[in-house]
Amino acid sequence: MIEHLTILPVLLPLLGALSLLLPPLGSSLERQRLASLFFAALTLLASLALLLHTRSEGIQLYVLGNWQPPFGIALVADLLSTMLVLLTSILALAALLYACAGEDRTGAYFHPLILFQLMGINGAFLTGDIFNLFVFFEVLLIASYALLIHGGGKQKTQAGFHYVALNLVGSSLFLFALGILYGTLGTLNIADMSTKVAQLSEAESTLARAGGMLLLVVFGLKAAMLPLHFWLTRAYASAAAPVAALFAIMTKVGIYSLFRIHTVVFGDNAGPLANMIEPWIWPLAILTVVAGSIGALASPNLRELTANLVIVSVGTLLITVAIQSEKATAAGLYYLVHSTFISAAMFLIAGLISQQRGKAADRFVMSRKVRQPALLGVLFFVAAMTIAGIPPFSGFIGKLLTLQAAHAGAEMLWAWPTILISSLIAIIALSRGGTTLFWRRSSDKTEAEPASHWQVAAVCLLLLAAPLMVVFGGPLTQYTEQAAQQLHQLPASLDILLPGGPS
Amino acid sequence: MEAVYAVCVGLLTFSGVFLCLRGRTFPVVMGLTLLSYAVNLFLFSSGRLKLDGAAILGTSYSYADPLPQALVLTAIVIGFAMTAFVVILAMRARADLGNDHVDGRLPPQPETKPRRKKDKA
Repeated sequence: MIEHLTILPVLLPLLGALSLLLPPLGSSLERQRLASLFFAALTLLASLALLLHTRSEGIQLYVLGNWQPPFGIALVADLLSTMLVLLTSILALAALLYACAGEDRTGAYFHPLILFQLMGINGAFLTGDIFNLFVFFEVLLIASYALLIHGGGKQKTQAGFHYVALNLVGSSLFLFALGILYGTLGTLNIADMSTKVAQLSEAESTLARAGGMLLLVVFGLKAAMLPLHFWLTRAYASAAAPVAALFAIMTKVGIYSLFRIHTVVFGDNAGPLANMIEPWIWPLAILTVVAGSIGALASPNLRELTANLVIVSVGTLLITVAIQSEKATAAGLYYLVHSTFISAAMFLIAGLISQQRGKAADRFVMSRKVRQPALLGVLFFVAAMTIAGIPPFSGFIGKLLTLQAAHAGAEMLWAWPTILISSLIAIIALSRGGTTLFWRRSSDKTEAEPASHWQVAAVCLLLLAAPLMVVFGGPLTQYTEQAAQQLHQLPASLDILLPGGPS
Repeated sequence: MEAVYAVCVGLLTFSGVFLCLRGRTFPVVMGLTLLSYAVNLFLFSSGRLKLDGAAILGTSYSYADPLPQALVLTAIVIGFAMTAFVVILAMRARADLGNDHVDGRLPPQPETKPRRKKDKA
């Protein structure tokens, strides 16, 4: 059993989703809810077990069909991927909890789709083969296409078409890049690619550079990097609250792939191609933060504001990718976990607020007051403080670590003002939004239903991360440092990843 | 053979990109399809072009790389599913939004001066 642990976070949601489509469970919503919560909780347990196992036993290689790498497809569970799998499982559980309050009734197949998406994201994190990464990208994308238009309506269809068309073009580019890289390197196993890339001839290395740059475009599209970020605001702002919360991890899949491919394959050991994206990613990262901040100031409602803050957090993460040091990667991983939890929580809070404000929804206009001002006010306040990076919560530590990682002269000159000013802008935008939402109210009586226990539980589950990531800051930063070390010093673990030696 | 093959892939990609940039959903869907054809051909060529090469050992003197063929097969299946989805989505968008423009609304028409009818009566 224990040797199959690596594949369980992929297999359990798949089994769950399939069984939810079959008659005994598929016929009633009550049973679907129970079963999907059960499978999500099971996945969470499996991810936790995998994380503990990997921590004590080292990197786990799971060879599908017993074809040894580099020929077969392998799943690799290292510290980085297991951490992100655990994060995704918690997020999916929270999204399902929130949806059980009634959001799942607005369209068909909500629960199976969430589980399929969970499977896709977990698979993308766990795979050690770049073509398999493409396949899992498609699994998570097709589930997300359907989830984005869950509930229906003009706005969702409109945003959905943009999202689908852009991502299909992205998938084509991904395949072009894979074709180029396979043609030059002769392998698709990520560890094997990293050993091959330094030995390329000059002509081949030019081709491989083109392939690597295409991959940067693809991952940039997924992560919402500057010229490719226009789809994000609209898609996230029009999606249903639990769907938007789960989508908070989707941009991070792009960042993870950048870490995985451009740090491991095209990293320090890549010979002539070493750190080839660095000159590109620096300006793009900083401009992404700037674009997100301007968008945050101009947002007319809370969901769009949160979506723009997601873009800011993507820009901050790209800065840590650009610095390319172990310390920066460790800081980036901490920030990644923090920003995923908090943006997801903010999307759920926006959902609660718009549910209780009647027609005004979450727009920043005067309207009747919310039904539970104390509860929602406290939740919003904690989330806003965490996003902006004000001391007692995790945002502060995340930003502090990132600032500390950028200690060389030029890096400091660019990264510090960008991150600090973007935090200031986040404070301005959030406090302006918050005062309008909670204090500018008409005297109309409110008739909205109070938030259900499911919804409050889901928000609290995510928001708990803010204080907990500070309380357990020591072990957590130690963990991210080890994960970053594993990522940057890949040759040390090649014996495990390629038991038969390079092809 | 290489030159013809490369020109074909290039032409398909060019047409695909051109159609993707159009304003209506039907050309965009066509463009995405052409782009995926181009990708499939391109992936196939990543194992080098070879005549009379067998993918199974012991059946021929020269061998072709079987992996790109498997990759293309996967890519075709995924491409089918995605095309089916985007067609349905485009039809739904046509029904929901009342037009088939990708932005969901027709761009404002450039103002033309109404022609004066001359009274010849």
